[in-house]
Amino acid sequence: MFATARKLREAGVLGLNERNAEFIMRLNPRRLYPRVDDKALTKQLALEAGMPVPDLYGIIDNQGDIRRFGEIVADYDSFVVKPAQGSGGEGILVITGRSKRKRDCFRLSSGVLITEDEIAHHISNIVSGQYSLSGSLDKALIEYCVHFDPVFAEVSYQGVPDIRVIVYRGYPTMAMVRLPTRASDGKANLHQGAVGAGVDISRGLTLTGVLKNDLVEEHPDTGALIAGLEIPQWDFILESAARGYEVTGLGYLGVDMVIDADRGPLILEMNARPGLNIQIANGTGLSNRIRRIDEIYDADATPAERAAIARREFSADRQLQML
Amino acid sequence: MTQRYVLVLTVLLTLAGLAMFVYKWQVLGFPLSENQETPVWTIESAISFDSGPGSIKVNLHIPTLTPGFRTLNENSVSRGYGFSLNYGSGGREAQWAIRRADGRQTIYYRITVFEDAGSEQADTTPPFPPPPAINEPFKTAVDVIVAEVREHSADTASFTTELLRRLNDPSPDPNVELLLSDIESDVDFVDVATMMLAAARIPARMVRGFELSGRQRSADLEPWLEIHDGDRWRFFNPTTGEENLPDHFFIWWRGNEQLINVDGGSNVEVDFAIQEAHLDAVAIAKSQAAKSGATMFDFSLYSLPIQTQAVYAVLLMIPIGALVMVVMRNIVGIDAFGTFMPVLIALAFRETKLVWGIVLFSVLIALGLSIRFLLERLRLLLVPRLSAVLIVVVLLMLLISLVSHKMGMETGLSVALFPMVIIAMTIERMSVVWEERGAADAMRAGGGSLLVATIAYIFMGFEWLEHLVFTFPELLLIVLALVLLAGRYTGYRLLELGRFKALANN
Repeated sequence: MFATARKLREAGVLGLNERNAEFIMRLNPRRLYPRVDDKALTKQLALEAGMPVPDLYGIIDNQGDIRRFGEIVADYDSFVVKPAQGSGGEGILVITGRSKRKRDCFRLSSGVLITEDEIAHHISNIVSGQYSLSGSLDKALIEYCVHFDPVFAEVSYQGVPDIRVIVYRGYPTMAMVRLPTRASDGKANLHQGAVGAGVDISRGLTLTGVLKNDLVEEHPDTGALIAGLEIPQWDFILESAARGYEVTGLGYLGVDMVIDADRGPLILEMNARPGLNIQIANGTGLSNRIRRIDEIYDADATPAERAAIARREFSADRQLQML
Repeated sequence: MTQRYVLVLTVLLTLAGLAMFVYKWQVLGFPLSENQETPVWTIESAISFDSGPGSIKVNLHIPTLTPGFRTLNENSVSRGYGFSLNYGSGGREAQWAIRRADGRQTIYYRITVFEDAGSEQADTTPPFPPPPAINEPFKTAVDVIVAEVREHSADTASFTTELLRRLNDPSPDPNVELLLSDIESDVDFVDVATMMLAAARIPARMVRGFELSGRQRSADLEPWLEIHDGDRWRFFNPTTGEENLPDHFFIWWRGNEQLINVDGGSNVEVDFAIQEAHLDAVAIAKSQAAKSGATMFDFSLYSLPIQTQAVYAVLLMIPIGALVMVVMRNIVGIDAFGTFMPVLIALAFRETKLVWGIVLFSVLIALGLSIRFLLERLRLLLVPRLSAVLIVVVLLMLLISLVSHKMGMETGLSVALFPMVIIAMTIERMSVVWEERGAADAMRAGGGSLLVATIAYIFMGFEWLEHLVFTFPELLLIVLALVLLAGRYTGYRLLELGRFKALANN
């Protein structure tokens, strides 16, 4: 038992207690949390900073406005409904189309049909706070549904694969691609059964994946190889993630991005308490990289410079050499 | 930096806790463990009533002859009342009197006794009782039963046993049924038995008392039957007919008179609280502390009213449960619903006992969840839905109590002790997790909660620990120090070792 703990310590694996006490509590002041916990605010801040985000179609923030839903989505066939203060991807509905025969019947990303009434009930749950972190009243965002870039089509089962970058004090530290599976119901959340694949930060190439806590070579539904995919516009993704530090002020941050076929990388949300499974996906711990960033930290570096430094420092090959 | 503050604080708290502990233990002589040899019981009767406009006189039966026990001391706490002791037909009576009083009054009578098997006080030999005056048709019934019982018995004792057997027969003969037709309580039952014994010219009387054991917040008086066989008094269990007196049975008073009589007052309530203590340890510590003038004893929990002591005996174990919770969550890494839900469930387990607690909890959660899934289809808003779940939980508790009572399982009644709001929130959280992360995750967190509750229950149930914390509450400072320390524990959680195992083997 102690031997395992020592080996993990040597491998630089970050544990939950250490993450909470040393990084989240030290680097993420609670007053900044609304910037990431309220997705409406995140979107606004990101837009002001010139970062790309999915278009907002409308916000429903009280029960009376729910009847406006039909009006908001009248011109769109696909859209996403999400709670502004949700966590862990809970409460998100991805609508990919409408029923041919009935206009008030929508198709979920899983292919299941859902009526407007059912969506209205879901929005009502969102507004009354079922998915909000504090249980307080919430807002429902209705926004652009990403048409994801075909780069991950082979290794995703419906839904939208996304890219999670951990940003420590403004430096991209570790990244992974989260691939939806049948089990995760199209959602890109690891605890819901999505596959996470590590990313070689220096080259923007995917590594092997992890499902729950086990390593997987192939996507469980499509059977395609996970490793070796090249992520398009990797520079831009790293730079946008690094800019998340300026936007939120959070020193330990998870930035979630998607790649849209038409609009390129978009910021979906940011997270003040990013999970630790990314270490399994990358086959390496966070602590070593965090220590390295502390050594080379430069308060004046621009996001682009920090992204470049991350590309230089954190290559998978280098990692192998170090071991 | 923070690390250092926490360490300093931890050390200070530990030192303060240990210093007070050692002082009380070594200098004042408080006992480290409960002494089983000479238990001392303090029985406190709290009499409360609303005072009327005029003068008030309160008469309370108090213990007179107590076979098996000796009195250590007795006293009464009553502000402004005149107090006197009288002898009535049922034994000693305490009398309080006052000319005028305003509002709700509370009077305490407290007696401290210890067990002494050799204590056999001399009692009077009663005359043969006169035949009771009974109306028809009861008289014939009594005569028939007495005649029949006499046929089947040899002496006073066997007569009593046979009589009680008949009275307790689940399918009684018509005469017995007639006599027992309007009894409402155990007391009425014993009353009928004494009347029948009087009809057979056997001196008999009802005695009422308590089985002394541990701390009881509101003890109930139990009726027992005493008969005189011409030589000595003998005790019979009125519900089985066996000749015995339960262990630690303390007789409060005899006869069928009312326990208390209040002239000039209304809404009379008498509440008995029993406290077990230890003569040669705490009592000696107490007198020593008084002699040396140490104020420490005044601040010990033993100086509080007994009812409050019983409450604190439980409350003081909650920090222990919280410590278990902290260890399970932050050091072992077990998932559980709600921060303190397992501790509250563990508290409920204290009353229900472990196995029944787990069964009842699981049944309640399972039923609640299935109804919660039905509610899901109705698409209710959040607050009404939570309230609906709460109401369902209350109804389910009622149902479980009724069903188990009908099935003769009295343990099922204790389901009412579960904190229902916590249960309702657990059901809600569990159903949300179930829907969003699947049954496996919901079951894992539910099982985790139950596991933590069980471990907390085991720790909160250690009697030596309960005694230690109750006698030395300053030990909780050390518990606090441990919790603070755990709050700065940044090492791996035990379950993380498994989770990240792949990374260790690289």
